Amino acid sequence: MSTQFQSLQKTKEKPLIEGNPTFAWITDKISKIVEANKAPKYWLPALGFFSSLLLILGGSIGYLLWEGVGIWGVQVPNAWGWAIINFVFWVGIGHAGTLISAILFLFRQKWRTSINRSAEAMTLFAVMCALVFPAIHVGRVWVVYWMFPLPNQMEMWPNFRSPLLWDVFAVNVYFLVSLLFWYVGLIPDLATLRDRTTSKIKQVIYGVFALGWRGGNRQWKHYELAYLLLAGVATPLVLSVHSVVSFDFAVSQVPGWHTTIFPPYFVAGAIFSGFAMVLTLMILVRKIYNLESIITMAHLDKITKVLLATGLMVGYAYTIEFFTAWYSGNDYESFIFKARAAGPYAWAYWIMFSCNVFVPQIFWFKSMRKSIPVMFVASILINVGMWFERFVIVITSLAQDYLPSSWGYFKPTIWDVLTFVGTFGLFFTMFLLFLRFVPMVAMSEVKGVLPQADPHHHEDGHHE
Amino acid sequence: MSKRFCILAQFENPAQLIHAAEKTRDAGYKHFDCYSPFPIHGMDAAMGLKRSPLGWIAAMGAFGGFSSAVAMQWWMSAVDYPLVLSGKPFFSYQAFVPITFELTILGAALGAVFGMFALNKMPQFYHPIFESPAFMKKVGDDGFFLGIESQDPKFVEQDTQRFLESIGAKGLEVVSEGEDHE
Repeated sequence: MSTQFQSLQKTKEKPLIEGNPTFAWITDKISKIVEANKAPKYWLPALGFFSSLLLILGGSIGYLLWEGVGIWGVQVPNAWGWAIINFVFWVGIGHAGTLISAILFLFRQKWRTSINRSAEAMTLFAVMCALVFPAIHVGRVWVVYWMFPLPNQMEMWPNFRSPLLWDVFAVNVYFLVSLLFWYVGLIPDLATLRDRTTSKIKQVIYGVFALGWRGGNRQWKHYELAYLLLAGVATPLVLSVHSVVSFDFAVSQVPGWHTTIFPPYFVAGAIFSGFAMVLTLMILVRKIYNLESIITMAHLDKITKVLLATGLMVGYAYTIEFFTAWYSGNDYESFIFKARAAGPYAWAYWIMFSCNVFVPQIFWFKSMRKSIPVMFVASILINVGMWFERFVIVITSLAQDYLPSSWGYFKPTIWDVLTFVGTFGLFFTMFLLFLRFVPMVAMSEVKGVLPQADPHHHEDGHHE
Repeated sequence: MSKRFCILAQFENPAQLIHAAEKTRDAGYKHFDCYSPFPIHGMDAAMGLKRSPLGWIAAMGAFGGFSSAVAMQWWMSAVDYPLVLSGKPFFSYQAFVPITFELTILGAALGAVFGMFALNKMPQFYHPIFESPAFMKKVGDDGFFLGIESQDPKFVEQDTQRFLESIGAKGLEVVSEGEDHE
């Protein structure tokens, strides 16, 4: 056993956490962020700024309820506008969190432990932003419960054959399962905070949420299996969610939407945009909270490689769509793709194409994967591009469909813009509160991947 | 005098704890637990624990989600208010696949989480082990403990203490159930 371990050690990669810290160092480092009396100096101004944006969201929704969806730019032929674009944009961002927490867990990618907690939090908040739009875009928000199979005054049930209803189930289940996954992961860390705090009130709050966790192996045994099972069910779930989102389009008969490539293309795009958001957030978080030894350059390097891979996938999808349109021999299908690349919305198409296909190509170069400013700018450009991807899909296909007499050019209104900007307020307000009150790195998981956590680690060296 | 709960021994690292668990198991103790800030690979075998039955609970949850999704969609679309939509049959099961899939996942996830809570008897806000200040200070941080409980048939206070000392325990503490904890 011991020789096997030594030979393993020779081939071992660099440790995941830099500086070979002790268990206690990890506990201290992460807990103190939450325990500190004062947040870092940018925290409060940032919270002020983003909660103001959140107020704008509230105001925009209030005006929408008062006046109706006419305040938006949606107008025949574009009966779908920014609400759908923003919904798909935010759900997509959520996907990276689940990929990191579930799929990388099943693949035994231990580096995920440094970023999974904050990536899962990002998922939750992104899905919250996404859920705003289907709820408010229905016009009569007070009967939004008609979307659920609840008894209502019409004594009718929802149409289970509609992809829009599949979406209601998919996204809500996704939110619930992500919340469970995130909370289960938090329990041991909440117990750690409960045991450390000197304040009676905090002890009660953390104690209630820690549910009496005591770290015995008889508890860990069930806990680890629960975590594995959650990862196992979250993996097909996350792949299904964006597939179902793509059915909203693919099941229709609109040129440019009615295509079988949509589910994998949407899932790849979702992971692409989500990883870009993870990169944006992690660059800021590791700098502001001095977590460079836990969220290392190797982590950022891996994230940029995922961006490169998924960027190539969406690039393939963009290209093959032209081939499919041509090969189908369908005039409407060919027309819409020519219109996308060279029609009235060509500007949007080429923003999408450049940000999503050209920008990630810089990550072929190692020097680019080491440069924080380059990564930061690229991560933001990618999310700009991914928003435009949804814009191109939703707007162009509707603006010029079968009947030229009804063609139009979509123009958003100020309320479209304010509602969208407002969701960034919701997202970042939630994320800032998360950074302040919840341990942002999974302490128990990070400790578990340190070399000294391996029970064979101490076997060579001091034999007693 | 309050009731003894266990004798708690501290170890330095995961390797020592796992060896101590093996020796405790081999000495014939049944009611003991190893406490650590993170799960230790191989500990279940070292303690002689059986595999968790949680998979079956999650499977039951998945089955519950699956069958309620099928039953709901069938009853609502084909029985309670049958409505012809795009010329499809009332029970158009192909179209019911996505929602059935999502609710199966939800059932499995709920089964896994609440099954885990049930098996771990959570929430349980008081436990006698919390009476030990040394334990509370270290177990969520970097402490590795083994506690042999008084309900074990082989538990004899002096003998068990001597046994724990013989397997290399660093700090020994007798933990009793508190009577007037604040």
